[in-house]
Amino acid sequence: MTRRIRIGMFLAAGAVVGFLLVWASVDLPSFGHYRGPYGYVLNRVVTPERHVTEVVTATVFDYRGFDTLGEELILFAAVTGVVLLLRPEEREAAGNLGDQVGSDAVRVFGALAVGLCVLVGLWLIAFGYVTPGGGFQGGVAVASGVVLLWLVASYRAWEPVARDTALDPVEGLGAGGYVVIGLAALWSGLPYLTNLFGPGTSGTLVSGGSIPFVNWAAGIEVAAALLVLFSEFLDEYIVPLS
Amino acid sequence: MIVATLVPLQLALLAAVAVLAPAVALARNPLRMVVINGFYNWALVVLFMVFGAPDVALSMLVVGAVGYPLILLVALTRSRAKTR
Repeated sequence: MTRRIRIGMFLAAGAVVGFLLVWASVDLPSFGHYRGPYGYVLNRVVTPERHVTEVVTATVFDYRGFDTLGEELILFAAVTGVVLLLRPEEREAAGNLGDQVGSDAVRVFGALAVGLCVLVGLWLIAFGYVTPGGGFQGGVAVASGVVLLWLVASYRAWEPVARDTALDPVEGLGAGGYVVIGLAALWSGLPYLTNLFGPGTSGTLVSGGSIPFVNWAAGIEVAAALLVLFSEFLDEYIVPLS
Repeated sequence: MIVATLVPLQLALLAAVAVLAPAVALARNPLRMVVINGFYNWALVVLFMVFGAPDVALSMLVVGAVGYPLILLVALTRSRAKTR
């Protein structure tokens, strides 16, 4: 295909996509004029009902908690798939891969960043239903803090925290915990994932009934899932086959 | 009004996103692309924050500035190991 034809095809395709984009945008509500009813309902209902000050997390882990369970299980299934594809062969002990970071500045600030990232992640999970945050975001932040170990130190520093014998049960605990909290409602004769406990005090960690438990289950699941994922990719790409 | 003071910041961030998005696509060197992509995502994070969506900003932060670059870094490590 000559350059001329390719540019012609791009211009034609670009014109079509551009037209569709403009066509779709013309009818959008103007900025700040939200049309759906649910946002207004939730904004009014969440804090009086659940004593939770963060409406987004209350929506994700309570009002549409069943959808979130599905999302969490998608992540679980995806990570399981990656593990099934990448884990089978025996690998050499990594030993010294010669990937130590040379720069002292990177090592010092990186080591500080490891603790900072993990702490911020735990804080995002813990206060996810009081201020913006939640299990998903916090879980990724915790995992990224641990992955920094590989970036700023070496594979050898990262390997002990990424053992599958430790991570797999933790991931199962997170995913299973969410399911069990839902089942607890069934056992009490209520619909699945009904918010069980009292609403607590607004603006404190003791608020939201089941939301803190579901939130922590999701946080643990996401953090462990990402660590398993990174560990599988790193093993696949970095450690030589025996 | 708080809205009036935010408008210049919003415009600046929209401009930054408009400049950085093609810069990511046009970067030839993969490592440079990862770095520019980091700046692009950072601009998006602040953009969402300034437009009053801290939850979306957080999600963007962890996906765009943390998860995706790490995957890219792993991929880069691999391609370097291959060419060595």
